[in-house]
Amino acid sequence: MTDQILQFLLTGVTVGATYALVALGFAIIYNASDVVNFAQGEFVMIGAMSAIALSAGHGLPMWLSLPLAVLVTVGVGLLLQRFAIAPARGASVVTTIIITIGASIFLRGVALLLWGKDIFALPPFSGERPIHIGEATLLPQNLWVMGGAGVMVLGVHWFFNHTILGKAILACSCNRTAAHLVGINVGMMMLIAYGLSAFLGAMAGILVTPITFTSYDAGVMLGLKGFSAAILGGMGNPMGAVAGGLLLGLIESLSAGLISSGYKDAIGFIILLLVLFFRPSGLFGRTSSERV
Amino acid sequence: MKIANPLSTLAAVAVLGLAAAGQTLAADPIKIGSFLAVTGGASFLGDPELKTLQMYVDEINAGGGIDGRQIELVHYDTGGNAKEAVGFAKRLIKKDQVDLIVGGSTSGSTLAAMPEVGKSGTPFISLAGSVKIIDPVQKWVFKMPHTDRMAAAKIFEDMKKRGVSKIALISGSGGFGKSGRAQTLALAPEYGIEVVSDESYGAKDTDMTAQLTKVRATDAQAILNFGFGSGPAIVTKNVRQLGIELPLYQSHGVASKKYIELAGDAAEGVRLPAAALLVADKLPDSDPQKPVLLAYKNKFEAAHGPVSTFGGHAYDGLFIAVEAIKRAGGTDKAKVRDEIEKTQGFIGTGGIYNMSATDHLGLDLSAFKMLEIKGGDWTIVE
Repeated sequence: MTDQILQFLLTGVTVGATYALVALGFAIIYNASDVVNFAQGEFVMIGAMSAIALSAGHGLPMWLSLPLAVLVTVGVGLLLQRFAIAPARGASVVTTIIITIGASIFLRGVALLLWGKDIFALPPFSGERPIHIGEATLLPQNLWVMGGAGVMVLGVHWFFNHTILGKAILACSCNRTAAHLVGINVGMMMLIAYGLSAFLGAMAGILVTPITFTSYDAGVMLGLKGFSAAILGGMGNPMGAVAGGLLLGLIESLSAGLISSGYKDAIGFIILLLVLFFRPSGLFGRTSSERV
Repeated sequence: MKIANPLSTLAAVAVLGLAAAGQTLAADPIKIGSFLAVTGGASFLGDPELKTLQMYVDEINAGGGIDGRQIELVHYDTGGNAKEAVGFAKRLIKKDQVDLIVGGSTSGSTLAAMPEVGKSGTPFISLAGSVKIIDPVQKWVFKMPHTDRMAAAKIFEDMKKRGVSKIALISGSGGFGKSGRAQTLALAPEYGIEVVSDESYGAKDTDMTAQLTKVRATDAQAILNFGFGSGPAIVTKNVRQLGIELPLYQSHGVASKKYIELAGDAAEGVRLPAAALLVADKLPDSDPQKPVLLAYKNKFEAAHGPVSTFGGHAYDGLFIAVEAIKRAGGTDKAKVRDEIEKTQGFIGTGGIYNMSATDHLGLDLSAFKMLEIKGGDWTIVE
């Protein structure tokens, strides 16, 4: 039984790291504009799909196609901000969220036209030989995902707390007018936030696809799980996003292993609802207060 | 417009006259109706089906038609929507007055359209998978594809040969996986096989090691995975990752090269039942299906790219209909229906069809070949 529990925990952490990577992207744009970007899952898909298209389709070597795929995705993120989000400057947060939903459907459609309906895989970065920890096993790619998630969350944390640029983006979210008055180029900050988000999405896509595969509609489920992780941990808190992701992964794998695999998603969502019921701003979110 | 009016009336009269003349010259065309999911989520079914129907209707017409009568294919695209299918079936019967229907890509659309077709007394050859289409037998409805139950039976036969009596079942939560799970559980006792573990996973899940860890702790002697899409490939990889040495069986849902490509080395040794079309060129020359399969495969691939078993169902349906019309000596609906039911020894892409009043599918387990993946390719298990 202990062997089994160990495997469930390892599985939970590896799946959770995937969710955490996606959740991180949500946190950035939320930090900058209070908007939940529902096209975040599509960034993940575009990163993975363009890496596959460049390496398998055009025969480019991996070391070249992976950075190029990240660039492509960042480009898509910038274009999205410039041509879909920016023109609706005066719009409310809800309207902007609806625009991102529309954008996600549009991006899925484009991916469908470009790459078809097939499922694709990327080769793992360092082989497929399982690593044994007691009776439990882990794939080398799982370590890449966990390591990647770790590096990126630290990077994001450092960016928002220790750089002028990061603080400027945070300032836009706190009070857009005030940020503008002290000389912050709000439009530019938004552009950077979307670019950064797309960057994180693409990195997530490239890291997880050797394990999870991808297809034009893979972003839907990843986006949903990443979003759940982000609100579980507390929207806008990069550390919370990672904690939320890991927690969601652990809940899923433990309930699949110990209770029932048929109900694991239901159990995950019930716990999410309970958390939101008792702590509406998430486990690690700042409790927001409106000043009158 | 005013000036043009008398002219266009004249033209219309002339065209009508010509059409009437044309009708008296050539015999009435045979009208075959079809409603298929050519677009939408099930387009992987409907698209090759329509291409196949068009390709062979053109071929038959170029060769002079059936007894001198040309075939006219009347087709509607359901987009995979069962409600649309009912509407199109009605239109085919009432407005287009087709002689018979070959179509219904998805089980949902076939089952929805069946009552309408049955009421009107039009022979209907369905291209969908569900066993419910022919069990219980409905007078006017036939179907071409083998059923999930047959796939499960084929797997159990092979398991028994290998002395397996306890299995772990892991199935996808989609329609295909659920139906496969139900058939597996229903059929297992008949083969003296005990299902000791019954796990499931979501269609978009990315890791099944938790479920498989549970399976590892049971005394199962083999694992059976019923699923579709990326799930089975992930299950296959996870089984190898956990170092589980049990034989792994997949369903016909993964019978495509894509599965081998996704699962990679982990797929070595996996067994699955599949239609013979997949291994047409590997069949022994003595196999009566081989020439039919190769002819269809080559013709389809020359025109449209890689062949799929789904298009093959349309081929089988069309030619069973054509032969029944020939035997009936016309398109009298009741006679054609009787002749379809009397189909014996028809060699199609799905197998050798022997229909009867109690069997409107007419395939036995020989329609499935048991395959094993070796060296990244299919091999036929004897």
